[in-house]
Amino acid sequence: MPAMNMLQALNSAMDVLLDKHPETVIFGEDSGYFGGVFGATQGLQKKYGLDRVFDAPINEAAIAAMAIGMAAKGLKPIAEIQFADYIFPAFDQIISEMSRLRYRSAGQFVSPVVVRSPWGGGIRGGQTHSMSPEAFFTHIPGVKVAVPSNPYDAKGMLIAASEGDDPVIFFEPKRIYNGPFDGVPDAPLSSWAKHPKGEVPEGHYRVELGKAEIVREGEACTVVTYGTLVHVAVNAAEKAGIDAEIIDLKTLAPYDIETIVASVNKTGRVVVAHEAPRTSGFGAELAAQIQEECFYALEAPVFRLTGWDTPYPHAHEWAYFPGQARFIRALQTVTEAR
Amino acid sequence: MSNGQSRFHVPAPPFRPGDAPDFSHLDLQKAGEAKRPDPLTAPAKMTDLAMGLIGVLDHNHQAVGEWDPRLSPEVLREGLSHMVLTRIYDARMLKLQRQGKMSFYMKSLGEEAVAVAAAMALEKSDMVFPSYRQQGILFARGRNIVDMMCHCISNSRDNLKGRQLPVHYTWAEGNFFSISGNLGTQFPQAVGYAMACAYKGEDTIAASWIGDGTTAAPDFHAAMTLASTYRAPVILNVVNNQWAISTYEGIAKGDSPTFASKGLGYGLASLRVDGNDFLAVYAATKWAADRARKGGGATFIELFTYRADAHSTSDDPSRYRPKNEFEVWPLGDPIERLKNHLIGFGEWDEERHEKLEEQMTALVVKSYKEAESHGTLHDGPLSPTHTIFEDVYATEDWRLRRQRQDLGV
Ligand SMILES: Cc1ncc(C[n+]2csc(CCOP(=O)(O)OP(=O)(O)O)c2C)c(N)n1
Ligand SMILES: [Mg+2]
Repeated sequence: MPAMNMLQALNSAMDVLLDKHPETVIFGEDSGYFGGVFGATQGLQKKYGLDRVFDAPINEAAIAAMAIGMAAKGLKPIAEIQFADYIFPAFDQIISEMSRLRYRSAGQFVSPVVVRSPWGGGIRGGQTHSMSPEAFFTHIPGVKVAVPSNPYDAKGMLIAASEGDDPVIFFEPKRIYNGPFDGVPDAPLSSWAKHPKGEVPEGHYRVELGKAEIVREGEACTVVTYGTLVHVAVNAAEKAGIDAEIIDLKTLAPYDIETIVASVNKTGRVVVAHEAPRTSGFGAELAAQIQEECFYALEAPVFRLTGWDTPYPHAHEWAYFPGQARFIRALQTVTEAR
Repeated sequence: MSNGQSRFHVPAPPFRPGDAPDFSHLDLQKAGEAKRPDPLTAPAKMTDLAMGLIGVLDHNHQAVGEWDPRLSPEVLREGLSHMVLTRIYDARMLKLQRQGKMSFYMKSLGEEAVAVAAAMALEKSDMVFPSYRQQGILFARGRNIVDMMCHCISNSRDNLKGRQLPVHYTWAEGNFFSISGNLGTQFPQAVGYAMACAYKGEDTIAASWIGDGTTAAPDFHAAMTLASTYRAPVILNVVNNQWAISTYEGIAKGDSPTFASKGLGYGLASLRVDGNDFLAVYAATKWAADRARKGGGATFIELFTYRADAHSTSDDPSRYRPKNEFEVWPLGDPIERLKNHLIGFGEWDEERHEKLEEQMTALVVKSYKEAESHGTLHDGPLSPTHTIFEDVYATEDWRLRRQRQDLGV
């Protein structure tokens, strides 16, 4: 199997979709000829033509709305929002329209659109190229929210998302596009070529949404996280010598409650982690659900490891990012609590 | 498919890498040809100004026609000097970014006149709401260069405490609003600000700038509607540098004949101006400011120019457009044109120009040394870490207090 980084894997997914389904169309700001500012759609316009992969005007509301209209006529749009920080002009179309079309029309119209967007921090992008706005979207009934953490999943999940029947907000952790990240900013960059999940089949396959994966088995505590922090968590557990069980959630809406509950019932201790601010973050949902379902198994309070309740700073990015040191502290806190 | 052809239409630029660019399809009105109506003229009576091109400097570098602002040689030399400084500053900062001194940079190469001439035509008390490509305004308004650099290298003296990407300046003292990374948001805000000036009975006006690509954004249409409805004392500028990262102007413009013509449907006074002609930009801005101050309402201005370098330090334009477009495009280089104009009537010469460049280079080099003495992004010192918790609210609440303590700062 070829080694691919996450961008190549996403590119390969879209290649497969364009090839297999004539209804697939791809558009976004700079997504056509240039192939996107990160290169996820590179070469696809050349291969499939201007009417299948094209540039959109700088209007995220228009991009979302155009996708809804196209999907209503049976196309399968994959829209790119250049950075998750710029998705907000599209918010109304996603919340009020895309998510509810099936419901309010009693199933007469649907909008199976995929909205892809580079997400999260760690690239010194400042407050407008670093956000993790997933919680805004998990709060909307009617859209699925997915966050892959490696090339293999990125490809399989994107194919599953586009072949599904519901709208999917597909957030891509841009910090790990080119290699996994252990949460230590100055460490040398690692490559996907050395990671088992960097091996990606060329053809069609799906990684179904809604299913989490235990990426590291352990007994001492459970870590529930997604995206970039999956790698930070694995490295922190190894570095600290803590026998943590680490769950890569992969899909946030709907999330895989069974995998979480089984693990927490086993370990009795849990850290939920994300880069987004703490208050009303997705960790709050996880913590609430875990205490409802595992209350009598818990031996320590659920620990929320999150970004701060501030905009994402630029110069002090690493004081905001829940990196290795903070992760180790979180693991120690939950495992040592008596 | 009545004629057997697909009606699914996606436009594409005429030239891509490897093509020989040719701008002969542009039927540009000649300098001096556009009429200059009284600034209080009704928009419907001057729609031609949105279709033509207001220009003053002709191809012999002479100032011609009704729009000539008749500026003194001193003012022209000042404008030239600000533009030269802008260009030298940009070049230096790009180099320093390549050396890892800052995270990111954006130049305004080839568009210096747009910012500098407009800033000089406005009053310093007028509020500006720029995008990230009008750094020329800061030079024209006399901002301290060391302060600008301290922001770009995010050091301990960055007036934005390291919170913003480089070039996203804020300078309240100089009536320069906080630059947003989210495109277009400043456009309708400028209208609101201008309305507040009118509400308070002040003479002040507001001006804002967005790029050609950003005219597609929802906030563009919000601003145009507000400006027209409330006849706000505002100048809404579109800097048409023909590219939005890799996307050519046609993706935002559609089949509109010009960007300026988009103002006509809103009932706004709409001008299309040669953005590389210092005198034309100055004159058009003065006219629009006059109109706003006298109660005539808003003006929408397209400044036709060309983005001569990359969008930012994050892209390589040779991947999406011909390398020599800037050289062959007809409106030239704003600095060369003003320089030649001054030389043409004996108020400037090559030797003085070289000297000016040397002076500006020395100023930039010296300023950077001083800026660096206050730290750099990589080696510090930065603004103290606890400052990341400041200014979220007027006062820190328990959540931020706990989080700050948790971080140990
Ligand atoms: C709302 C929003 N969407 C997307 C972006 C990403 N982006 C930054 S600059 C840019 C292109 C802007 O082009 P234009 O308006 O022509 O201005 P120019 O850069 O040419 O000055 C894009 C798409 C953004 N900053 N904000
Ligand atoms: Mg532009």
